[in-house]
Amino acid sequence: MAREPLPYIGAILEAISEEMQRDETVLYFGQNIATTENDPFLQAFGPDRVRVTPISETAEIGMAVGAAVAGYRPVVELYMAEFMLVAMDQVVNEANRFHYMSGGQVKVPVVLKAGYGFTAGWAGQHTGTIYGMFMGVPGLKVAVPSTPADAKGLMTASIRDDNPVIFFHHYLLTLEHGDVPEGEHVVPLGQANVAREGSDVTIVGIGWTVGKALAAAEQLAADGVSAEVIDPRTLAPLDTATILASVEKTGRLVVVDQSTRHGSAAAVIAAEVASEGFSSLRAPVQLVCALDATIPYSEPMEEYILPNEAKIVDAVQQVLSPTAA
Amino acid sequence: MAGNGLDKERLTWILTQMTRIREFEERVKGTFEEHPGVIRGHTHLADGAEASIVGSLAALRDGDQLLTTYRCHGYPVALGTDPRALMAEIYGRSTGICKGYGGSMHLTDVSRGFMGTSGIVGQGIPHATGAAYAAQIRKQGQVVLCFFGDGASKQGAFHESLNIASLWKLPVVYIMENNNYNVVTRTEQEDANAAAGEPLAVKAKAFSMPGVTVDGGDPLAVHDVVSGAVERARAGEGPTLVESLVYRLSAHGNIIVPPGIPLHFPEHEAIEVFGNVEEYEAAKRGDPVPRFRSKLVTDGTLTPEEADAIAQSARDEMAAAVAFGVESPFPAAGDAVKYVYA
Repeated sequence: MAREPLPYIGAILEAISEEMQRDETVLYFGQNIATTENDPFLQAFGPDRVRVTPISETAEIGMAVGAAVAGYRPVVELYMAEFMLVAMDQVVNEANRFHYMSGGQVKVPVVLKAGYGFTAGWAGQHTGTIYGMFMGVPGLKVAVPSTPADAKGLMTASIRDDNPVIFFHHYLLTLEHGDVPEGEHVVPLGQANVAREGSDVTIVGIGWTVGKALAAAEQLAADGVSAEVIDPRTLAPLDTATILASVEKTGRLVVVDQSTRHGSAAAVIAAEVASEGFSSLRAPVQLVCALDATIPYSEPMEEYILPNEAKIVDAVQQVLSPTAA
Repeated sequence: MAGNGLDKERLTWILTQMTRIREFEERVKGTFEEHPGVIRGHTHLADGAEASIVGSLAALRDGDQLLTTYRCHGYPVALGTDPRALMAEIYGRSTGICKGYGGSMHLTDVSRGFMGTSGIVGQGIPHATGAAYAAQIRKQGQVVLCFFGDGASKQGAFHESLNIASLWKLPVVYIMENNNYNVVTRTEQEDANAAAGEPLAVKAKAFSMPGVTVDGGDPLAVHDVVSGAVERARAGEGPTLVESLVYRLSAHGNIIVPPGIPLHFPEHEAIEVFGNVEEYEAAKRGDPVPRFRSKLVTDGTLTPEEADAIAQSARDEMAAAVAFGVESPFPAAGDAVKYVYA
């Protein structure tokens, strides 16, 4: 990797651009993109394949479904994940069902590019971590990259996938830099990454919280605790096998998720481990989630709501404490 | 003789398809009595809309596409899908056009350009618009027909889609089958244009596209209007909204009841809800199928014997479809988890 590190967002756009070069059926449209002729996507791929749309999420996502059924591979720029909420039918009751209801006659290869989790003073309606709503929806796939390299690899895989994929990119990671492979780079959907190996406890992080989990693991290492950190990378399909194998080794599980606890992916992961890996567990599973509240505007309250390194360390100490067993 | 410059073969095709749709729907309705329990859930019939459906589809050529609503039996019948596969789908059999995964509300036949249906009011409109975007950039002159009801025109999906279609000059024709009822609500109870005494086609004005209202009981009038709109779309001049005035001759759908209570079709809402027998009787007197048959016989396009042969052939064909459906096997239960992902 001779080149300079790329920002997370740059890696995502590189994947879209490379896939558009590779496959002329890939389209890119949505809000507030390609509004001038200097736009690099517009210059490279022209106005047939790159278009700005009105603020009309139902039409944007529904048209992507129609174009996909008719043979194209649209990537829809949705800006913020919450904007999908005004078009929920298209996401959870149309895009994901057409292949099934037609008895396999049609395919819906659509990527919904949705930024999420913008907990930097964006207050109640633009900060949600809502992937949990979608991970149990049949027919949908859900990608949650935590690094620039995975962001590129998962976007590439999402575009090539024949199913609708919601690609959740975390706003707080937008300018995080990292090494990103040049040229073709595919991270298969449904394959977790062991981000750090360890033997005493398994910490599963999701998206932005993978970095928090790694930082907590570093801190724990100084106290002699060996934490394994797992990044599922996609929530649907969910690579439970990798998580179960880790818990079999460590016997202890902490799941970290920026979602509110009762709508979290963490709760599903905990349930899978309780169901399939109970005999490996030497302590109750701990969830480190956002508190069940709307994200407040004011900074100290916002921090209070969210998972952080200290809360993860506390949870690990709890599962390691002799009374937990 | 005949109308609109269509030759005898084409006029005969139109009457044949109208007759086949009517007979198919009669057999679906009859299934509730003849084979209780065979049809599950909610079923919606196209009887009364045959002229509108066939007149519209007659304007298409190979490669064109359409997407429709859950009231979707008529289109594939006219497009040439095997009615046995359609009936088997409605009966939930493995021989169904969608192998039993879709049922009455979700018929699809991609091989004939029938790309799919949405069971949620208005939500198929953006799908057709997206297929039209695909057609525009594929540059092979394809046109997409988008069928929906008057009720759908109150959905955001309608307004968002027509705005983009007009803005991008997409090759799509929006065909609103206005059947006067949004389930059991009368159109003037839920539509500002109707309440003001205006046609619903005026909605097109908001999107700077042509809006036309046509007698949906006259297949030649529909064909004329839709052909013009299709040619306009094919020429790159953008979409048209066609309001096709139809009267559905059956209730919105079969009764909605919990399992265990036998399903059947109730009386039409005009009678059952509003007590307006005369409205319904007038609609029956204007029934588009006998009306078009009579026209072709009267103007000499067909002899009465030829017209009778069309009806007899449709009866035989659809009786065979019922027999095929009831005799077909169910899918293997475990196949329920196929097709979750492509």
